[in-house]
Order: sequence, then structure tokens, then C-alpha cells
Amino acid sequence: MLEIEGLTRRFGAKTAVDGVSLRVPAGQMVGVIGRSGAGKSTMLRMLNRLTDPSEGRIRFEGTDVTALRGRALRDWRMRCAMIFQQFNLVQRLDVLTNVLVGRLNRRPMITSLLRMFTAEERAMALAALDRFDLAETALQRADTLSGGQQQRVAIARALLQEPRIILADEPIASLDPRNSRIVMDALRGVNREGITVLVNLHDLATARDYCDRIVALNAGRLVFDGPPEELTAKRIREVYGVSEEEFAEQAAEAVGATARHVAVPA
Amino acid sequence: MSAAYSTGLPAVIRGEEAYRAAQRQKRVQAALGAAILLACLLAAAWVSEAHPATLWAGLPRIGEYFSRILPDLRWASLFADAETEGSIAFWLYRLPEWAWLIFETANMAALATLMGSAAALLLSFPAARNIAPSPLAFHLARRTLEALRTVPEIVYALIFVWAFGVGPLAGILAIALHSAGANGKLFAEAIENADLKPWEAVRAAGGSWGHGCRFAVLPQVLPNFLSYLLLRFEVNIRSASVIGFVGAGGIGEELYKVISFNYYEEISAIVLLVILTVACVDLLSERLRHAAIGRLEAAR
Repeated sequence: MLEIEGLTRRFGAKTAVDGVSLRVPAGQMVGVIGRSGAGKSTMLRMLNRLTDPSEGRIRFEGTDVTALRGRALRDWRMRCAMIFQQFNLVQRLDVLTNVLVGRLNRRPMITSLLRMFTAEERAMALAALDRFDLAETALQRADTLSGGQQQRVAIARALLQEPRIILADEPIASLDPRNSRIVMDALRGVNREGITVLVNLHDLATARDYCDRIVALNAGRLVFDGPPEELTAKRIREVYGVSEEEFAEQAAEAVGATARHVAVPA
Repeated sequence: MSAAYSTGLPAVIRGEEAYRAAQRQKRVQAALGAAILLACLLAAAWVSEAHPATLWAGLPRIGEYFSRILPDLRWASLFADAETEGSIAFWLYRLPEWAWLIFETANMAALATLMGSAAALLLSFPAARNIAPSPLAFHLARRTLEALRTVPEIVYALIFVWAFGVGPLAGILAIALHSAGANGKLFAEAIENADLKPWEAVRAAGGSWGHGCRFAVLPQVLPNFLSYLLLRFEVNIRSASVIGFVGAGGIGEELYKVISFNYYEEISAIVLLVILTVACVDLLSERLRHAAIGRLEAAR
């Protein structure tokens, strides 16, 4: 159980996330939606503590995550893996080493700096890659892969952390529809295995298709929290004061993607 | 290998085997490289007569020299006037002249750095392999930069002293030429590491080669260039304080004199002043760099 209480983050005079409270039971797949500047990214980054909250508390199974430092903080980060919009792979390293980055926290300092991993870990990494049909690319440099392949490598890296939670910040905003589907299917697949997934999405349809629960943010505040069926076009208009099409456009703008609804017809 | 086999997945086993083959190849290459490096090191030591025995025998004499050039300071008369032996003032009795010479040296270094780096900036774009307009321009720029930096500064200085007479101008030109060659290579390498996607966009929009350099490459590499320029400034202060040995201005002439006349205490005084100057420049350039990079980022 992940519990968030009154989570707030201010950047100067601007409040990015404003008193958000949320309880996420283990194994749920939660879609977080919102327009440009709604605070989705800041919220996810605060959970991993890449950004520190100004106020509020994050608790995971009784542990106060907001108070963690040093070794304990790194252990927490290992357990809540992060997936980024731009994949954030090390472009100049091979795919296998990129995936093994997920093991670094468990390795002794010296051997890990020498890029020495055990045969078991390599087998884990190759199996994770194989699961996403990427085992053949293991020794290629990451920058030789397409965007969709890179995001799948990033998911393999996350899986090697053996996480309890996966935080995905706009994982498909930089991908084409086909790769988006592959990546979302992969996230849904690992969620089915018991990993809690929090995923920021700009696309309502994707959120409805894949998530058990949708959380909507507007100007940093939580404005909707419920199952996808309840997030009707009418409800969108109530919450955001715009139609679903306008919402889609504004949300897509935030991540530099094209909204699916207004995309050029195929 | 058992870990991969026990998964029973053919792709994982193939991957592990490929990894092991690559690893074996890397190890062979690394061992071969290390052996060649060691052989070269030994050969270089043999040719340059860098025998460990000589090194060992000479070490104590370094300490001896240092103890000779150390000033004879006495606690009781430390702050007395320049006439009293053992005072700081007595040690640094020519401070006003030296301070002026060091100021001149720093100015020579600054001018030479600016002139050299300006030339380096122009030559670095054709000398960058990834954006060079033609192989001819590339090789021409590269070879020019090489020639500029391989000729020792002191040789340039001798030529310019012969041409322009004794004085700082000869030193400035000599150091500027060397800076152009050294920084040009570093600038070109920074450009080679730049992202070429913006370059493609500028060229695709009908921009000229110069437009590409100015709008796609320069904004990316400017912070690097600035770091290299400030580093070069420090190096040039050192060069400018030695180049006076051949009459090309700055503190060097004075340093050469005190060394050749064995005025031991004065050697340490001048060296201390040069070190202090370099430390000041270091502090200053650090701030300058941060301020400039901050403004570059803000201007974007």
C-alpha cells in the first residue's frame, strides 16, 4: 500500500503539486492524467524522490519515504523503478549493460564500477530482453535501437530492479501508435505479475483501455479519482471545463506529442 | 554459463554465448594493447635515458635546491623594513618592479589567449571531421593547427624577437600562434561530439555551411569553448613567464637573470609571485565561467 498525504511541491512562487492525497493498494494500475503543467511529472518524481516534496508525506507499507536518506533512499528508489518519456538510456553503452544498470544498487561498489555482473544477473537481463523480443540486440549500442525498442529496454532495466512499484512518466508520448501499444501491453503485463504501476498519460483513451483506476490532476490539485468508466466525457467537462477533444489537444501539447483524436487520418 | 542454460530459453543462451565471445575478444585485445603499451613505455624510457637509478640518485638534490632558494626569514625581524635581513620586505625587496612585470605577463597572456582562440574558433569548424565542408578544407585546417601547435613557443619567440625586436609583442605573437593550434584541436573535437540533428535541420531549411556552424553547432559547444579558453589563459600565464628567457617580455627576463646569477632567494620570490597570480586567475576564471555559462543558458 502506497499512501500519499497532502503532497505539495512549490517551485518559487508556483505550486506544481498542491496537497494531493492518494492511497494506492498493491498491484493496481493507476493512470494519472492532466493537461500541461498539471503536476503529473512532479508528483511521480516526488514518489521516487528525484524531486523532494515541499510539504506532505509519502508512506509505503509503513515506511516514511519522505524521511529516507543515503543507503535507505537508494534502496527505496530500487524498489520503485522509474520509466521516462525520453527512455534515458546511456546511448553509448550496449543494451545489456543498460539493462544491468537495474542491478547496480545490489552490487558491491568496486565490482559494479568495473562492470562485473554475475552470470545469474546476465541471464536475468537476457531473459528480460527476450521477453520483449530484444535478446538479439543485447550487444548493440543503445543508440542503434528505435524509440520503441529503447523504451522496452528501459522497462527491462526497471524489471531488473525487481521493483514493487513502477513509475512511468509519459512512457509512450514519444512513440508511434504501434510502439505505444507494445509498451503499454508490456506495462500491463508486468502489472499483472503483481507490480503496482503508476503511469502518467496524456491520452485519455489509453488510460481508459489499460488502467484500473484513473487519477486526474488540474493545476496541481486532484480533481478526479475513480474507475475509468466514471470518467465520462461529461465528467471531463465538469472537471476541466473543456470538451474531451480540447482536453486531448492540451494534454498532448504538454509532452510534445500529437493527440490521437486529432492525428492525421491514416 | 549454467545460469543462462537453466533458463532454458534459446534466446538467452544465444545471448550469453555471444556475450562470452565478445568478452573473450575484448580480453585478448586488452592484453595485446597492454603489452604494446608496456613495450612502448620501456622503449621510450630507454631512448630518453630515464633510468630509475638516475632518478633515485637525483631526488635528494631536488630537495637541496629547494632548501637553497628558500628565503632566510627570521621571526624577530619578519615585519621589519627592507634594510633588515630576515624580513619579508628584504626577501621581496624588488616587489614593485616584479609586480609590474607580472602584470605585464598576465596582459601578454590575456591578449595572446584572445588572439589565439579567435583564430582557433575560425579554424576549428573546417577542422571538425563531422561538418568539414570538404576533405581538402579539413586536411588543410587540421595540418595548419598541427603546425601551429607543434612548433615550440620559444622558437616562435626567437623568430619574432629577430623580426620585431626585444619586447612583449614578440612574446604575445608567439604564444598566440601556439594557443591557436592547441585550442583549435580541442575546439574541433568539441564540435565532433556535438549533436548533428540541429545541423541537418538548419541545412535542410536552406541555411549555408556558415549558418549551420553559427546556429546549430556554436550554441552547443560554446560552454566547452569557454572552459578551454580559460584553461588556456592559465597555461599561457605560465608560458608568458618563461618566454621572456629569450627577450620576449614579461617576468621571464628577470627570472632568467636571477636563475643564471644564482640569486637563490629571488628565484623563490618570483616563483611565489607567479604561483599567486595563477591562483588568482584560477579563482577569477571559475567565477567568470559560471557567470558566462549562466548567461548563455539564460539567453537560450
